[in-house]
Amino acid sequence: MREITGYERAGGKFGIRNHVLVLATVSCVNGVVNRISREVPDAVCVPHAYGCGRGSARETQILFRILAGMVHHPNVGAAVVIGLGCERANTQALRPFLEKAGKPVEVFNVQECGSLETARKGAGAARRLQAEIGGQRRIALPWEKLLVAMECGGSDAMSGVTANVALGAVSDWIVEQGGSVIFGENTEMIGTAHVLTRRARDGEVARKIEALIGQAEQRAQDIMGPLASWVISPGNMDGGMSTIAEKSMGCIFKGGSSTINQVVDYGEWPTEKGLILQDGPGYDGDSMAGLAASGSQVMFFSTGRGTPAGFPAMPVIKVASNSRIFRAMTDDIDINAGRLVEGTRVEDLREEMIAYLVRVINGEKTKAEANGMEVFTMLTVNPPF
Amino acid sequence: MKENALLIHPRDNVVVTLRDLAAGEEVIARGVEGFRVHQNIPASHKVALRDIPAGEEIVKYGEVVAVTSGAIRKGEWVHTHNLESKRWRK
Repeated sequence: MREITGYERAGGKFGIRNHVLVLATVSCVNGVVNRISREVPDAVCVPHAYGCGRGSARETQILFRILAGMVHHPNVGAAVVIGLGCERANTQALRPFLEKAGKPVEVFNVQECGSLETARKGAGAARRLQAEIGGQRRIALPWEKLLVAMECGGSDAMSGVTANVALGAVSDWIVEQGGSVIFGENTEMIGTAHVLTRRARDGEVARKIEALIGQAEQRAQDIMGPLASWVISPGNMDGGMSTIAEKSMGCIFKGGSSTINQVVDYGEWPTEKGLILQDGPGYDGDSMAGLAASGSQVMFFSTGRGTPAGFPAMPVIKVASNSRIFRAMTDDIDINAGRLVEGTRVEDLREEMIAYLVRVINGEKTKAEANGMEVFTMLTVNPPF
Repeated sequence: MKENALLIHPRDNVVVTLRDLAAGEEVIARGVEGFRVHQNIPASHKVALRDIPAGEEIVKYGEVVAVTSGAIRKGEWVHTHNLESKRWRK
């Protein structure tokens, strides 16, 4: 019943999908990627707003880590990379990262033959790669090879009462099976350092948690000044949350109650198992990109106000915090945790969520996946110039 | 009677409403003795479980989430109008 399967990748990794990715290195070539997307609808095509025009070392580190992370993602079996030629994240600079992916990667540059010819070549390559990897069969996937991301967005006060309590119960269960769970959203940890450091594996992890929350708090104060305590959206407040600490408590519930074994940077692959904390932003799209680039194969995403957002190549399981939004967005939301206030027990909901997770891992499409609601954004730390 | 509010943690001094409550309505929650709310309170918002003086901590999830900016009576709506963040005072 709890048997899960996946696609074996280089380096002992496992994916739960076998996608061909078509990735732009820079926004200038988005039209080419969109053209390929129309010609090869089954390919996961990722145009985006990044790739050039931002210069700092940290910015470049994030850019390369996320773009390479998409190609390295275990749910990607092969990739077509569409470059321009003169951009910061050009295919020559990306090459060392692409070569380490351990999977077929084909690279085309628009400045070599123009947009239409690049689109033609890229589409041909995508179809060829689909045929090449299409024969790969699923094999038994050990839970130890699974990394599940936990995310919340468009939260209301019920997110922390229903959906994130359910996510936390699933998190604890996955860790008990030997699997790993990762969650981020550092702005939504502000005010909870005393809670999270208590759960750190050792002093070093505790110090990293202190530091990342301290930095998140400092950033909030630098940016917002005296309004810093209100780094929550008006929708959050309408939902009954008064302070970031209150929102944070509801937020960190989703990681469950396991020991925190490692703190990783934005988009960095964990080297430890169990519960992992990522130093990533709270904004949904940016957070998803960081968690995906860290290698999570699947994500639970709780929402109270309601969001349809999914992520390219990574199935996202939406969990409603209340029955009203579940009914209003029934096309977008997979699980209704709002039933917890209508008499359903957490244990029963948890079992249902685990059963659904197993089906999704084994190939069943989530609502966001079936609807094509993928969103791709990433963290930026400097304005463009 | 169907519960209309939730006490998340036994240490909490607020309950969370599970639906909109009308002024004068009785709060029904597991582990809480019934009391009436003083004003209309929207779903998923907080209600004071007891009289809470100004400057006192609001505890939810068993942890401090805010500090009162003025005295709050039992049964009163607890939100941004009578709270401030413990970390950044207004």
